[in-house]
Amino acid sequence: MDGNFAFSRNPAHTGSGAMIEIRFHGRGGQGAVVAAKILADAFFREGKHVQSFPAFGVERRGAPVTAFTRIDHAPILIRCNIYQPDIVVVLDPTILNETDVTGGLKQGGMIILNAPRKETGIQRLEQFLVATVDATAIAVRHGLGTNTNPIVNTAILGSFARATGVVGIESVLASIREGVPKGPEENAAAAREAYEHTQELTTISEKR
Amino acid sequence: MKKVIMGNHAVSHAVRLARTQVVAAYPITPQTQIVEELSNMCAEGKLRAKFIKVESEHSAMACCIGAAAAGSRAFTATSSQGLALMHELLHWAAGARLPVVLAEVNRALAPGWNIWTEQTDSLAQRDTGWLQFYCTSNQEILDSILIAFRVAEEVSLPAMVVYDAFYLSHTYEAVDIPEQEPVDAFLPPYEPSVKLDVDNPMAFGSLTTPEYYMEMRHKIEEATERVHEVLPTTYEEFGRIFGREYKAVEPYRCDGADLILATSGTVSSTAQLVIETLRERGMRVGGLNIRMFRPFPARAVREALGRCKKVAVLDRNISFGQGGIFAQELKSALCNEPHRPQVFGFIAGLGGRDITPASIEEVILTADKLDAPEREIEWIGLKT
Repeated sequence: MDGNFAFSRNPAHTGSGAMIEIRFHGRGGQGAVVAAKILADAFFREGKHVQSFPAFGVERRGAPVTAFTRIDHAPILIRCNIYQPDIVVVLDPTILNETDVTGGLKQGGMIILNAPRKETGIQRLEQFLVATVDATAIAVRHGLGTNTNPIVNTAILGSFARATGVVGIESVLASIREGVPKGPEENAAAAREAYEHTQELTTISEKR
Repeated sequence: MKKVIMGNHAVSHAVRLARTQVVAAYPITPQTQIVEELSNMCAEGKLRAKFIKVESEHSAMACCIGAAAAGSRAFTATSSQGLALMHELLHWAAGARLPVVLAEVNRALAPGWNIWTEQTDSLAQRDTGWLQFYCTSNQEILDSILIAFRVAEEVSLPAMVVYDAFYLSHTYEAVDIPEQEPVDAFLPPYEPSVKLDVDNPMAFGSLTTPEYYMEMRHKIEEATERVHEVLPTTYEEFGRIFGREYKAVEPYRCDGADLILATSGTVSSTAQLVIETLRERGMRVGGLNIRMFRPFPARAVREALGRCKKVAVLDRNISFGQGGIFAQELKSALCNEPHRPQVFGFIAGLGGRDITPASIEEVILTADKLDAPEREIEWIGLKT
């Protein structure tokens, strides 16, 4: 199933050349930092050089959290924040109202959004490729976190594999099983379900 | 085996592989995960060390001093305010010739209260008699801890392994975690010539009159200077066993360079990219990563900088009233040379402000366009 989406059809993203820079937006407690790390680990399994780090702030439950992952074919020498990501992953749709999640996102870049189907506010994202998944419902279904405070980080990674096509779902599942503090199978199942239910909302070529 | 781990856990693994016998520590951001993981390792029996919980960093170092005096391999970790609180006992560890190893995660000192990276905390300890090594990657952190124990025990002096808060401490990347066997071959058990021993009682740290004190200090200086001989052979042996090469001072594309940028820590890593780009544009620029700060590798610095016209030093630290600390050290290493380059001192990235490729390029281009420094400090990215 990998590679069906517009992002992966662009050779700039899947060729052997450029570094891929990814930014995660979530809230304290949703697992954005762990997601960034697990994703780095999945790429590492596929032989890539990786670097992952949280935005260097003070963490509080519920407060906006940012984390980063860099992927390259060559050793990664750059050691500073990511200002112009290729991909943005949004773990919490309500964050769209308070954070400019597209800030610095490269033209033709992709947003992977945790959102129920009829999410409002997506119009602002329309110059980018947007893929959505209802990671909250999936996390609840698999018993991850609580119904009021579901942990959506592993579901969104399944969606990432599907929407970008730059990393295999099997690598993601293996890294999830090893990287989550508890419930490896439940988390892997959530990621698998998200992988299968990711939707692409827009493509740039369609707009043209 | 290669694993994607955070810089702080690279330390924990190295301390485990070193078969450290005593760990005493007090938590402080951004260091805490080092000792958290060591505590787990002790609880799970992966590390057979005595883990001593203490009420302050001063006590942590006191425990390490006692443990090392009794012949144990001892370790602690700290940052910023914690290191400042240890200051008195840092002198004691060095004066007593105890090879304690300390992981120091660079964090700016308060006020203003700040948890982000800056080197002033560790550099302010430069006269305590501790060896200091600055790291550019998580792999280097792990390797440096093993090397630090080996060198410290060889010359009977304590050693600090220093790295940037968050840019390494909280950053995950692939690290080759060695097997126990090669580490045992590289780092044999610590066997001091004298130690606290109930079967062979001796007094340590008693009153030393002017008749003897100066000779003790002379011996510390000799031991410190001996690191210049011990370190290259240790690096060589490390390279043979583990396949990774290190030097106290690392030139990067310095051949035929008119201008060399001297850096330390993670900035040296980002600087390579910038130097590469500027070389492609035809600029004759090189880089110098200063890994060892104490003892200062003055001879290697002179050899690396001897033929260039200008040196730009990027300091993520400040000694108020005199400027960047690496710049000062570099100037003092060069001052008696007959043909010495102009040294330009830059300060950037204090309190964790990001040092980007653009900031590094600004440093190089500023030094390039000036004939001589116009002031002691050029500030980069300062809001006005």
